[in-house]
Amino acid sequence: MCERADPGDTMSTPLFVVQLFNGLQLGVLLFLVAAGLTLVFGVMDFINLAHGVQYMLGAYLAVTFYRLTGSFFASVLLALPASMVFGLALEVAIFRHLYERDHLEQVLATFGVILFLNQGVKIVWGAAPLNMPIPDILSGSIPLMEGLRYPVYRFAIIAAGLAVAVALYVFVTATRVGMLVRAGATNAPMVSALGVDIKRLFMIVFGFGAMLAGFAGAMVAPILSVEPGMGDQILILAFVVIVIGGIGSIRGAFIAALLVGVIDTLGRSFMTDMLRLVLAPSTARVIGPALASMTIYLLMAIVLAVRPAGLFPAKGRA
Amino acid sequence: MSAPLLAISGLAAGYGGSQVLFGVDLDVSAGEVVSLMGRNGMGKTTTVRALMGLIPLQAGQIRFEGRPIASAPPFRIARSGIGLVPEGRQIFPTLTVEENLIATAAHRNGGAQAWTLARIYAFLPRLAERRRHMGNQISGGEQQMLAIGRALMTNPKLLILDEATEGLAPLIRQEIWDRLATLKREGLAILVIDRTVDALLRLSDRHLILEKGRIVWQGSSQALASDPVARDRYLSV
Ligand SMILES: Nc1ncnc2c1ncn2[C@@H]1O[C@H](COP(=O)(O)OP(=O)(O)OP(=O)(O)O)[C@@H](O)[C@H]1O
Ligand SMILES: [Mg+2]
Repeated sequence: MCERADPGDTMSTPLFVVQLFNGLQLGVLLFLVAAGLTLVFGVMDFINLAHGVQYMLGAYLAVTFYRLTGSFFASVLLALPASMVFGLALEVAIFRHLYERDHLEQVLATFGVILFLNQGVKIVWGAAPLNMPIPDILSGSIPLMEGLRYPVYRFAIIAAGLAVAVALYVFVTATRVGMLVRAGATNAPMVSALGVDIKRLFMIVFGFGAMLAGFAGAMVAPILSVEPGMGDQILILAFVVIVIGGIGSIRGAFIAALLVGVIDTLGRSFMTDMLRLVLAPSTARVIGPALASMTIYLLMAIVLAVRPAGLFPAKGRA
Repeated sequence: MSAPLLAISGLAAGYGGSQVLFGVDLDVSAGEVVSLMGRNGMGKTTTVRALMGLIPLQAGQIRFEGRPIASAPPFRIARSGIGLVPEGRQIFPTLTVEENLIATAAHRNGGAQAWTLARIYAFLPRLAERRRHMGNQISGGEQQMLAIGRALMTNPKLLILDEATEGLAPLIRQEIWDRLATLKREGLAILVIDRTVDALLRLSDRHLILEKGRIVWQGSSQALASDPVARDRYLSV
């Protein structure tokens, strides 16, 4: 997902701050992917494992458009509608035939879509990782504090992610379509019994979800290697996010995404050091990394033990 | 007499393999209030679900203003001019009271005096006080008013209420019956499902009694009032 700064030998304040920002950056990317996932799951009760593919595709599309236009901004802007069109094509061709099926069948079918598209990407773009440069005005780093600089581009990702989160929040809370999306996430049959074409509403949600995941992919294209299967890992994290946040809740997805991003990143950098405070260094070195990769699942287990439907459950009446 | 607003004939439906309705016939004319009665589990709610397209039909025809609507998707049936106040109210909990009213509002059928937010608040003043509360933060009676307001905001020609007074305090029940009487005076057609026979006798023009998925009795308020045998046999618990 995001390559990490070297975990130094000690827990210094600058390193902590850097990792905190890295965690935020992962968090906003997770939010962009999780937003569509949670609404699709919430409104249509549809489990779409292939949502991570949209993220991968966004990255590939950005690279392709970059090669065509030579402009980072043009390539990201073009990747947005292209991601949406691709998502809608998948919806029409495959996913809409799965809504009535049970969850296991949805999981199997959309897993098949992942395999198919990961291979498809290899055929179209080749198996070798691709990349694109960071645009000039977003390159370099800025000083945060004494002896600490942070890359501008990563700030840009955080800022863009937060801006999208705000826009999405306004959309979901203040527009008619947003109201219907929230209503649909709690009781879709009732929305349709009041005269709303829920399938069309769902297409809108699906298209926007695909576009947001594609946007996340396009934003990371300059800092990650763009390769087949790059969406698989973030998809797993995104599922953790929507389960913690509460299925169907945008607000829950936002808070949970930041939590997961920060806790995962900090855990990976500092778990070994923290364990060293209570364990022998050699033991800490063995247990640390293992425990670090489990922190978010522990977080999920704790949240679910206290709030079985997640932090902000949308489903069900109360 | 002209063709009825809603005409259901031979309606059969159920859940999965089991059949619940066995050929239900039911008409509602414009401006008419019809009550559908019957004991627990006799198929009243299933009739509503089948009519709204929420469960598949096994047989039967449904016409609204003469046009066939059987097996259409629920949103098309609603758009033809049916406003549903469902069993259990089914208020959207993550929307405010006002959003519940606005979200699905529509003026499709261009009636003379369309329902607007202002008109709903004047008609159901409790909702005005609660407009900023979330749907799950108001009392059961307020939720019921909201469900009625929400259905009216779709500007229906026929209002369907399924157990709209169930589990509410007497005062609120009375308020709901008063509102329904007002709607009737304004000429709205209503299909009302309820257990309160006395109130239905006052409000409705005709009554139908459902027993195990079949209409077993129908007639005017006068006929029902003077037929204690039917009331005893089909309605007492
Ligand atoms: N979702 C469902 N799945 C399976 N069976 C159902 C379902 N809903 C209702 N039934 C069955 O269908 C029959 C008719 O139920 P229905 O809800 O239509 O009755 P009703 O007349 O509305 O009763 P009540 O007065 O309790 O609301 C009952 O035997 C009930 O158990
Ligand atoms: Mg019922």
